[in-house]
Amino acid sequence: MAAPSRYRDEDTRFSVDRDDLITRLSAILPGEGLIVHEAGLRAYECDGLSAYRQLPLVVAVPETVEQVQAVLRLASEWDVPVVARGSGTSLSGGALPHPQGILLSLGKFNRILSVDAQRRIARVQPGVRNLAISEAAAPHGLYYAPDPSSQIACSIGGNVSENAGGVHCLKYGLTVHNVLEVTAVTIDGELVTIGSEAPDTPGYDLLALMHGSEGMLAVIVEIAVKLLPEPPTKSVLMASFDDVEHGGHAVAAIIAAGVIPGGLEMMDGPAIQAAEDFVHAGYDTGAAAILICELDGTDAEVADQLESVQALMREHGATRIQVAADDAEKARFWAGRKAAFPAVGRISPDYYCMDGTIPRHQLAHVLRRIRELSSEYGLGVVNVFHAGDGNLHPLILFDGNRPGELETAERLGGEILTLCVEVGGTVTGEHGVGMEKINEMCVQFRTAELNQFHAVKHAFDPRGLLNPGKAVPTLARCAEFGAMHVHNGELPHPELERF
Amino acid sequence: METGEDRTEYIAEAVRDAAAASRALSIAGSGSKAFYGRTPTGTTLDVSSHRGIVNYAPTELILTARAGTPLAEIEAALAGQGQMLPFEPPHFGGGGTLGGAVAAGLAGPRRPFTGAVRDMVLGLRLVNGNGEVLHFGGEVMKNVAGYDLSRLNTGALGTLGVILEVTVKVLPRPETEASVRLELPAEALHGAVEGWLRQGVPVSAAVHDGEAALLRLSGTHSGVEQGLARVGGEALADAATVWADWRDHRHPFFARTDTPLWRIALPPGQQPEGLPGEAVTDWAGQQLWLRTDADTAAVRGPVTARGGHAALFAGGDRDSDVFQPLSPVLMRAHRRVKQAFDPGAILNPGRLYPE
Repeated sequence: MAAPSRYRDEDTRFSVDRDDLITRLSAILPGEGLIVHEAGLRAYECDGLSAYRQLPLVVAVPETVEQVQAVLRLASEWDVPVVARGSGTSLSGGALPHPQGILLSLGKFNRILSVDAQRRIARVQPGVRNLAISEAAAPHGLYYAPDPSSQIACSIGGNVSENAGGVHCLKYGLTVHNVLEVTAVTIDGELVTIGSEAPDTPGYDLLALMHGSEGMLAVIVEIAVKLLPEPPTKSVLMASFDDVEHGGHAVAAIIAAGVIPGGLEMMDGPAIQAAEDFVHAGYDTGAAAILICELDGTDAEVADQLESVQALMREHGATRIQVAADDAEKARFWAGRKAAFPAVGRISPDYYCMDGTIPRHQLAHVLRRIRELSSEYGLGVVNVFHAGDGNLHPLILFDGNRPGELETAERLGGEILTLCVEVGGTVTGEHGVGMEKINEMCVQFRTAELNQFHAVKHAFDPRGLLNPGKAVPTLARCAEFGAMHVHNGELPHPELERF
Repeated sequence: METGEDRTEYIAEAVRDAAAASRALSIAGSGSKAFYGRTPTGTTLDVSSHRGIVNYAPTELILTARAGTPLAEIEAALAGQGQMLPFEPPHFGGGGTLGGAVAAGLAGPRRPFTGAVRDMVLGLRLVNGNGEVLHFGGEVMKNVAGYDLSRLNTGALGTLGVILEVTVKVLPRPETEASVRLELPAEALHGAVEGWLRQGVPVSAAVHDGEAALLRLSGTHSGVEQGLARVGGEALADAATVWADWRDHRHPFFARTDTPLWRIALPPGQQPEGLPGEAVTDWAGQQLWLRTDADTAAVRGPVTARGGHAALFAGGDRDSDVFQPLSPVLMRAHRRVKQAFDPGAILNPGRLYPE
C-alpha cells in the first residue's frame, strides 16, 4: 500500500511529459546514465529516512560536469524539479525524490582528485565517501575532521549540503569549518566556484550559505577540504554516573576548567544496554549514563588533561572511570557509541531518530520531559547525546507494522523538537530539515524569517526547481500546521488565515 | 545578565523610514573601521548606543551581545571567566564593537589556528532593508535549521542588514602562552609552522615583521614547554603588547599612512612573485600586508596567479574596486542576494561592491 505523499499541492505544481523528458535526457545521458524502469527507480525511492518513500519520474546518473550542466539547463528550460542525491544516507528525507522531477544521483562522482599533503588540501568529487577522504590522507599523517556516524557510507557532497557534524565537532568544527571551496552548477547550468583555498574569499560568504542548504541553491560537483594533522596522542576515558544530571554537570565542569575534549559523548541507560548487547564494549550497564571523553594533543598535554578531567568527573559523582589502556580498548570504547543506532535497531523493529540541539544546562530538564512524553505516548526513547555541543539524538522506538505507530512516533518526535525550541535550542543540529522536520520549522521561525529564507532561495532558484517542498516551509504549510499546534497559547503565525 | 540599552525599535524604525523615503543609510558603530571598504554614502545610522551583553554562559561557551557593545567590554567579561574571543578581532584606534567586528569579518593573528569570525558566529538578530527584525541561528553550537544567514551576514559590511545582536562561540583562554623571536626568512614561515603543527606544537600566531619571525604558542604548561624546546628562538619580551600592537596595526610597519595598504590572502604554501612595495607576513604566510603606490593590476596580477586575492585595505582610491572583483556569475548571485535582503538598496550601498 502506498503511503500518502509528503508533498503539498504547492510543491507539486509542475507538469512535464515524461516521455519527452526521457527522450531529451537520453541524448544527454547515454547508456546507463538514465534510469526509467520502475525496478531501477525503486532503489532511489527513499534515503536514510525509509518511512518516507516516493518514486521520481526518472533517475539521472551523470558522469561528467558537462552532463550535470546539461541536465540542469534542461530542467530549467522545461520547469522540472531536480533533487540531488549523494549516498542517500540523509536522516531527514533531504534526498526524497520529487514525484514530478528528476532524481540527480552524484554517485558516479566518486573520485578523490588530489591529496596535497604539504598544503593539507584534498580535492574530491561530491560522491566520495566521508571516510574515504581520511583513508586517503592517512598515509600522510592527516585526516578529515568531521566524522558523522554514517561516515562509512555518507558522501562529502551530502555532508556539505547538510553541514554534517559528528563526534569531534566541539573541538574541530562542523563541515562548514573544514571546507575551503566548492564548485557548483546553478539551476541555469552555469558553473561557479564558491570560496577559495585562500582565507576570507571576497564578497558574501556564499560558501557558508551553501553549507546546510540541502540542495536548494545549487548542485555541488567538486569540493576542496582542509586536512588536519593527526594529533600525536589520543586518550579515551569512560565514566559512569548513577544520574544523568551528574553527567551533565561533569561536562559543564570540564569545559569551565578550560578543557575542550576532542570528543565528549553521553549515552543514557537504555542506550548503554543496547550498545553493550550489540558490540560488547565493556560498557557499565548498571549506569544511568556514561560519558566517553577523548583527549588529544602532545603526550604531556594529554597526560595533564587526563588527570584534571578524571578529578572533575569524580568530583561530580562519577561512580566508575575507565581509561583505555591501548588503541584496541580506545576503539572498543568508541565502538559502542558509533554503533548506537544499529544497536537500537536490534532492540526495536523500527526507530525514529531526532536531532535537536539544546543549551547544555537544559539537559536534565529535557531528558526528564522526554521520559514523561515517552510514557504519555507509550513508546520507548533511547538517548545518545553529543554532550560537548548540546546535540541530542533521542531515538524513538516503534513498530512500523503496527497501524498508527509510525504516526504516533512522528507526533512524539514533533513534541520533542518543540521542547528543544522552547528551551532555546533548535529542531536540527546536524541532520537537516529535509521533509521530516519541515513542519517544526514553523515552530522555530516566524513569517518574516521564513520570507527571508524564501527570498534567498529565490535569488538562486527563482522558479523553485531545486528540491521543492523541502527545508523551508511555505506559509500555507505553516498556517495549516499552526492551526493544529498552538504553543504557549499563541499561534506562531497569527497574521495568516486559518484553514 | 543584562547591561546596556536595547535600541532595537529605534533602529528598525530608522530603517523603515529610510526605506519609505528611498534614502541610503551608512551604518556606524564606534567608527574604528570607518576607513575600510568603499566610500560610505547616505545618512549615518549610529548603532553604538544599542549595546550590552545580553547573555553570557561560560560553560556553554556562548556569549550574546548587542552590536554596539565595545569589544573591550566583551573581552573584559570573558577574561573574568578565563575565556576569550577565538578570532582575536582588531581594535583599530582602541575602538571596535562586536557588530563592527562581525560586519567586517576581520580577525587577528590567532585566526588560522583557532578560526575566523564566521567560524564562531552562531546566530544573529538583524534588521533587513525592509525594516523587519529577524533572528537567525541561535545560542547553540550546532544548528542547521534554515539557511545559514548568520554567517552570510558576517563580513557583508552591513550591506544585507543592520546587525542588532550576535551570538558567538567563545573558548577558554589557554592555560599559558609563550612567544619567541626567530631568525627565519619570511618565505620559510609556512613550511616551518607546518612542521611544528605536525609535531603537536601549539602554535597560535606566526608572523614575520620584515626582520624576524615572531611565534606564539598557546596551550597547557607542559605542551607549551615542549613546543618551545622544539622551535627554539629567543623569548619575546612584553609579548602581550607585541601581539596587541600587531593585531591593532600599531606596529611601525603600519604607521606610514602616506602609502596605500593592501591586505593579501593566499592559499597555504603559495607565494606571489614580483610584488611591488614592502610587505610583512601574518597567518603563517597566508596573509600579507603590503604597502605600495603601485596600481591595482601590479598587486592583483601576481596574487591571483597564485590563487589569492587582494583588497585595498586603507588609503588609495576608495571609490575604486577596493575588494577584488568577482566572476560575472558570482557577481550576479551577489546582486540577487543583496536584493533579497535589501530590495531598496538602502543599507551601506556600494560599501562592498558598486551597486
